[in-house]
Amino acid sequence: MSYVKGLFHGTGTLLTGLKVTFKEFFTPKVTEQYPENRATLKMYDRYCGELTMPHDAEGHNKCIACGLCQTNCPNGTIRLVTEMVTDPATGKAKKRLVRYEYDLGSCMFCHLCVNGCPTGAIRFTTKFEHAVFTREKLVKQLNR
Amino acid sequence: MFDFSIITSWVHGLLTSWMPEGLAIFLECVIVGVCLLLMYAVIAIVMIFMERKVCAAFQCRLGPMRVGPWGTVQVFCDVIKMLTKEIIAIRHSDRFLYNLAPYIVILASVLAFACLPVSRGLEILDFNVGVFFLMAASSIGVVGILLAGWSSNNKYSLIGAMRSGAQMISYELSIGLSILTIVVLTDTMQFSEIVERQADGWFLFKGHLPALIAFVIYLIAGNAEVNRGPFDLPEAESELTAGYHTEYSGMHFGLFYVAEFVNLFIISGVAATIFLGGWMPLHIPGWEGFNTVMDYIPGFVWFFAKAFFVVWLLMWIKWTFPRLRIDQILTLEWKYLVPIGLVNLLLMVIVVVFKLHF
Repeated sequence: MSYVKGLFHGTGTLLTGLKVTFKEFFTPKVTEQYPENRATLKMYDRYCGELTMPHDAEGHNKCIACGLCQTNCPNGTIRLVTEMVTDPATGKAKKRLVRYEYDLGSCMFCHLCVNGCPTGAIRFTTKFEHAVFTREKLVKQLNR
Repeated sequence: MFDFSIITSWVHGLLTSWMPEGLAIFLECVIVGVCLLLMYAVIAIVMIFMERKVCAAFQCRLGPMRVGPWGTVQVFCDVIKMLTKEIIAIRHSDRFLYNLAPYIVILASVLAFACLPVSRGLEILDFNVGVFFLMAASSIGVVGILLAGWSSNNKYSLIGAMRSGAQMISYELSIGLSILTIVVLTDTMQFSEIVERQADGWFLFKGHLPALIAFVIYLIAGNAEVNRGPFDLPEAESELTAGYHTEYSGMHFGLFYVAEFVNLFIISGVAATIFLGGWMPLHIPGWEGFNTVMDYIPGFVWFFAKAFFVVWLLMWIKWTFPRLRIDQILTLEWKYLVPIGLVNLLLMVIVVVFKLHF
């Protein structure tokens, strides 16, 4: 009795598997054909391509030059050049960003800089075509 | 339906008109042999391409796309690569058997391939015990696999070959029983005759329930017979590297590879011939217009369409199920397929005796 039951049960489960693959056979394929589809290629939002510092319309960024990203970075990828200026409104001394250097060549895309940033001044974009001929070209200045 | 024997008899007449008959027949044999091997190679290439594409589709991929449009030239490149690779002689291997084994496998495959009736008048080996001959010829292949495993001086090869032997010899039985079920229905073993009898309905429909059970058993056993799908124990990659052909390289490996794929085609071709009517077009009684339209499609198109449909079914099975263990394989055969096959044979005898078929 259990023989016959097992036979039909087994056939049923096999048919379930066949149904799954049959559906899969006709679903649109997920393969990306990269160089051909550059125009339409859409990377996933969470993909980490390169670090950027967004600027608004007047060319201001949100960086307060606190240096958290620089200390957070395990690889020493980020280097901040800062200067002290006196704020004309309050008259207090304040740190200001001069250069924000980011070395793409030693970045391991861990997101620690972005997670640590108190103002959300930096974020990762999904741009991934980074190939250049010398390492110097990978060192980028992010602020304008 | 176009009769190819017009062409073949025209060639025969042409040759005998200016040479003695013995020489003419010899020459025809050579031509037929060359055509057969050519078709063998072409089908192997088509099958390998189809395997890669179908496998990709089942895994939600596209498969080869780079070489040629839709990757069509990919397999030709692979063949050229295979042809130019070195055939390595393994130290302490049995040199003679080691080199002989792939040829035995390919010989069995070609012999079985020659039995397939492709179209009307396009049968190469066609005599009154054709089904018998096909089964005998196709089981020579297991000898080649056993020899390959034995002569390689490699434990993985040997284990693979032994598994293969156990598996193929067991499943031969189920194939035999399911074919025998249809032979009971047709009372002939000649392939051309089997196809002729299906002019008014394929055996899958004529034999209804027992034929359907036989068809399913045949597909399962056929998949096991060609060492594919969930039954690819002899070459279980994760356990035995590549099984019996681990030590083979270059074209000797290529012969195993090609033979495996054409064996799959042969299994499908036989399934198409004895269950799905071979080169007979689809006829639905009563629909005269439909039937005449179907008659205009040439026989070989029907044959290849059916055969490749069955190939697709087998690939579907292969890329769905995980591999079975050796004891599960033998349990499936001896405790399920053989008893069911025997009962099914009895059922078919009852159906034939009491004329319950269509």
